[in-house]
Amino acid sequence: MYAKKVMEYFKSPKHVGTIKNADGVGEVGNMKCGDILKLYIKVKDNVIKEIKFETFGCVAAIASSEALCRVAKGKTVDEAEKLSNEDVIKELGGDVPAVKVHCSFLAIDALKKAIKDYKK
Amino acid sequence: MKVYLDNGATTKADEKVVAEMKKVLVSEYGNPSSLHSFGERAKELLEKSRKTVADEFGAGSDEIIFTSGGTESNNLAIKGLLSKTEKKHVITTKIEHPSVYNTCKSLKGYKVSYVGVDSEGFVKLDELEKLITKDTALVSVIHGNNEVGVIQDIEKIGKICKKHKVFFHVDAVQSFTKVPIDVKNVTTLSISSHKIHGPKGVGALYIKRGVRVGSLVYGGHQERDVRPGTENLPGIVGFAKAVEMKQPVEQIKKLREKLTEEILKIPNTKLNGPKERLCNNVNISFMGIEGESLLMMLNMKGIAVSTGSACSSQSLEPSHVLMALGMKHEQAHGSIRFTLSKFTTEQDIEYTVKELKKIVEKLRRISPVKNVR
Ligand SMILES: Cc1ncc(COP(=O)(O)O)c(C=O)c1O
Ligand code: FES
Repeated sequence: MYAKKVMEYFKSPKHVGTIKNADGVGEVGNMKCGDILKLYIKVKDNVIKEIKFETFGCVAAIASSEALCRVAKGKTVDEAEKLSNEDVIKELGGDVPAVKVHCSFLAIDALKKAIKDYKK
Repeated sequence: MKVYLDNGATTKADEKVVAEMKKVLVSEYGNPSSLHSFGERAKELLEKSRKTVADEFGAGSDEIIFTSGGTESNNLAIKGLLSKTEKKHVITTKIEHPSVYNTCKSLKGYKVSYVGVDSEGFVKLDELEKLITKDTALVSVIHGNNEVGVIQDIEKIGKICKKHKVFFHVDAVQSFTKVPIDVKNVTTLSISSHKIHGPKGVGALYIKRGVRVGSLVYGGHQERDVRPGTENLPGIVGFAKAVEMKQPVEQIKKLREKLTEEILKIPNTKLNGPKERLCNNVNISFMGIEGESLLMMLNMKGIAVSTGSACSSQSLEPSHVLMALGMKHEQAHGSIRFTLSKFTTEQDIEYTVKELKKIVEKLRRISPVKNVR
């Protein structure tokens, strides 16, 4: 059911965990199926230097979390704010089952929340 | 290593079953309706198979109709019984298999009531009896539940139905050959071959002598006009062979107990359903973890299971069975069903437990939900 890239990110995500003294934290719950994604960012000179996630969700949710961290890392806060779920899906090789597209929104929403928290 | 623990979904066919089927396919390939020797031999095999199936629960051969499986049998029983009565009320339970649940949902011009279950999955008998009215035609109940393994007391339910003169249909697809079945108070009962090491696409419906069931399809006179169409003889013979081979219930149960005991040693796990259940079924929730993720990690290790998690269903709804047990969404979310068979070995169980422990730890590290109970 899942493409190779999705399985790879699911199997060995590199950005799992929390950041102590994070500059921004975003937590979202998925109204659709009841999953939770928590994202931590560390910002220096307006650039996302470090990013970590914790996810309670399906294969696509975990893979999307990892994909998001990979695309957001190294971006300026302004650039990161403009990211969409399509960027997440692109990072996943462009192949996510239709019923699982909402899981990629979960990751984007968590990032938006973390940035908002940082700016506060 | 490959470990198949999804025997609730389907089973591996027994080699002996396959051998019998092959014989029919290449040597005894006549049409049971034909008058020549080929047909005669085929007819003989058909009736011998029918007797084997009937004997398994003390029914008469004339009470067995072969079908394409559990789904067709459930459809045939429900729609077929309703077509022969004027009554317009059906009662079923909240924990049915989709082949009953969706058949009931499809009925036009009928009222359908869904009787609830307790936290272990047992049908509330007092509630059931209260739901029966003068207009009730039929009560349909799943005997052994495919998700949580709970076994209903069909004798008690049958007595209630008899008392109020309503038809009683039983879906015994999961329990057949694993739990003794008494059809004394049962009107119709569904069974299926591929859950007991027989071929896929064949099953049967028990119909009590004297009860009329309208057919779903029209054609020749096969299966007493109830189920026309040339009989799937290789399938039917294979099915009968599978029935004849019996189940090593105690052997399966012992391994199931071992698996259950070992898994429940993992912190924050919960048994879903009762302790006494179908010998091959166990359903456990791993709190703070989502079922599809767990299933896929197990799959990477060659272990096949199933889950009732919302994420794994097309509708993104958690299993209606687990919800009917009054379970919280979070618990259903982390539920995994392990179903064993006569082919499951001690090594299968040990390997599964070993890998499972590592995977649960890994996924709990990824999860933000810590220490939930
Ligand atoms: C309880 C129950 N009823 C009915 C069915 C349907 O049987 P079949 O697959 O033979 O159509 C199944 C299995 O899928 C089942 O578990
Ligand atoms: S998190 Fe539930 S479907 Fe992806």
